[in-house]
Amino acid sequence: MRLLYPSRVKPRSVQLLVTCLIDHFFPQTGLAAVEVLERHGVSVTCPAGQTCCGQPAFNAGSWNDARAMARHTLDVLSKDERPIVVPSGSCADMVLHHYETLLAAEPAYAKKAHDVASRTYEFSQFLVDVLGITDTGATGTGRVTYHAACHGLRGLGVDRQPRALLEHVRGIERCPLRDADVCCGFGGLFAVKMADISGAMLAAKLDAIEESRADTVVVTDVSCGMHVQGGLERRGSRVRVRHLAEVLASR
Amino acid sequence: MTSPLPFHRRVEQALGNQQLRGAIGRATARKVEGRLAALAGLADADRLRDEGRRIRANALGRLDEQLTRFVEQVERHGGTAVWAPDADHAVRYLVDLARARGVKSIVKSKSMVTEEIELNRAIEAAGLRVVETDLGEYVIQLDHDHPSHIVAPIIHKTRQDIAATFKREVGATDADVADIPSMTAFARRKLRQDFLTAGMGVSGVNFGIAETGTLCICTNEGNGRLTTTVPRIHVAFMGIERILPTLADLGIMLQLLARSSTGQKLTAYTNLLTGPRRPGLDAESDGPDELHVVLVDNGRSHVLGSELAEILYCIRCGACLNACPVYRQIGGHAYGSVYPGPVGAVFTPAIGGLADWSDLPHASSLCGACREVCPVRIDIPRMLLALRARAATEGHGPWWARVGLRAYRFTAVRPTLFRLAGRLTARATSLVARDGRISKLPGPLAGWTRYREFPAMAPRTFQEQWKGRRQESGSGISSAGL
Repeated sequence: MRLLYPSRVKPRSVQLLVTCLIDHFFPQTGLAAVEVLERHGVSVTCPAGQTCCGQPAFNAGSWNDARAMARHTLDVLSKDERPIVVPSGSCADMVLHHYETLLAAEPAYAKKAHDVASRTYEFSQFLVDVLGITDTGATGTGRVTYHAACHGLRGLGVDRQPRALLEHVRGIERCPLRDADVCCGFGGLFAVKMADISGAMLAAKLDAIEESRADTVVVTDVSCGMHVQGGLERRGSRVRVRHLAEVLASR
Repeated sequence: MTSPLPFHRRVEQALGNQQLRGAIGRATARKVEGRLAALAGLADADRLRDEGRRIRANALGRLDEQLTRFVEQVERHGGTAVWAPDADHAVRYLVDLARARGVKSIVKSKSMVTEEIELNRAIEAAGLRVVETDLGEYVIQLDHDHPSHIVAPIIHKTRQDIAATFKREVGATDADVADIPSMTAFARRKLRQDFLTAGMGVSGVNFGIAETGTLCICTNEGNGRLTTTVPRIHVAFMGIERILPTLADLGIMLQLLARSSTGQKLTAYTNLLTGPRRPGLDAESDGPDELHVVLVDNGRSHVLGSELAEILYCIRCGACLNACPVYRQIGGHAYGSVYPGPVGAVFTPAIGGLADWSDLPHASSLCGACREVCPVRIDIPRMLLALRARAATEGHGPWWARVGLRAYRFTAVRPTLFRLAGRLTARATSLVARDGRISKLPGPLAGWTRYREFPAMAPRTFQEQWKGRRQESGSGISSAGL
């Protein structure tokens, strides 16, 4: 396991890798992440020029395209030395675990990838493991359940952190989710190319969500969130999906 | 190994079969629970898995040396070992041997490698009789079906399906199929005669031990023991990767195999066979007079040393199938390959090439559940990604994905263009969105809206709001739901 923020001094300032989906579809998630960080005395910069980390192309096998996007993202993030916070487990996993392999044949970029990976954190991981915060002072209402998105869960070991953060949100009732660690069927282009299988996996996830009796499903990855929310809406369900950052931002 | 139907048609068939999905869902859930309970009973399961991985890496890293030693030992104990570079060589060896020895009838114990080389078809084409003796495989044979799981071949069938097969194919009465004990007793009566009259027994091999030339064969029904000891000739088919250097290594691997597979501590029968029956002064009373081991390569040696080499560590426990949410929805037949599920999605194209199997590496959401449960920690998602990259380089896959990703990349490395393209797309989608969602997308994206709504793009991106926020400094943030 990689070392957490090496200085032992808690960082007072971070860069936000906002991700393409949050930027264009769910800006409120990015803004909520900023609010939570700032509330805990961490100032946030959002490096200009960031676009997409390249994960869709990487997962589809188009590694030349993925490489170009990885190089671009590394250039953007390397301009400054602050830690990088990503409100998305799968994009964080991409930066942390795949950039170096993808760029192994280009020493200059492989080095950049290694350096950037050593200071990149998923949002809840940064709060709990780096800042040492579990109580964000958030309050909420209603019944809340947690879906453990796969890349965060298995790629980064993110599970205990979001659960600990949710545990300290006042006013909510937490409901267990059956098969919380089973994939919702998103998988990027998988949801489109293998739409029928993905749809069947989604149906199983939605059944479990309905069974949990929660009115809000919390995720740490907006891509899974978009998938689950889209499925709930298609079913006419009143259950809503929210990113963890949004839950933590509300008081 | 190719299937006549394209992948998406097989998936459609599987998803439309509620009975199949119910049977597979229940059976895999039971196996997942069984595995967890069995591993919880081990003092240090994680260390054992690390050790298992080390043993497999060591065996495969020196495979030539291990195989040479294994062959020497098999021969030293009076057996015959032959090398089969491909399926044709392997099946021809058996057919020629059966003819030379005047064998008319063959009993078989469950074996995936003989499924891979389509041994039964070759035996029957040669005018010989072959009977599967594992209960599941017996039902498969009667049904002219294929196994849909590497450990539990009839995981896709219900008890009622099997009762119907017994009545239709082998004249079972209502009393014979009244309950599961009656059905197994019925099959046992039928098979007993075949064991006693067969001239040859065919088995697979779970592990071949290099230091002793021993074959380890694990079964739960005892049919394996009858197959390997009653007929006069025993022919074992072994994938060349199934080698372990020492008996001590076997001790570790056996602890992992049944626990990961069926949740047992050990399979009910774990047979260790070294050479044929010994004649002379220290004569053994049972066992075959002749023992033949057919070492099947069939594409495996090309995988060695490649980025997919790790898939040869697989000990065929089937844990990745049970854990895979894709397998749980579609079952084994939809994969169209002898080895289904995550391991099959790597192994099949690795040995068979991507020309026929380029869909399989894409039949995964890359959730990583397979890697999490693998007893020897095979990184299946990594190899699925490598195969996807290979498929893309070889030009497999839909054109729209290639063109779409190329265009996306073109804009993504040009931030100003990326923003502009984003704005234009947002404007276009706002025309078709209702209440912030889109219910029907065009072209290939229609796959998404077949099962889910698609969100409209935000009227103002994060970056735009961020800029505005900096200017107003400290303005409130609205945080509506996703």
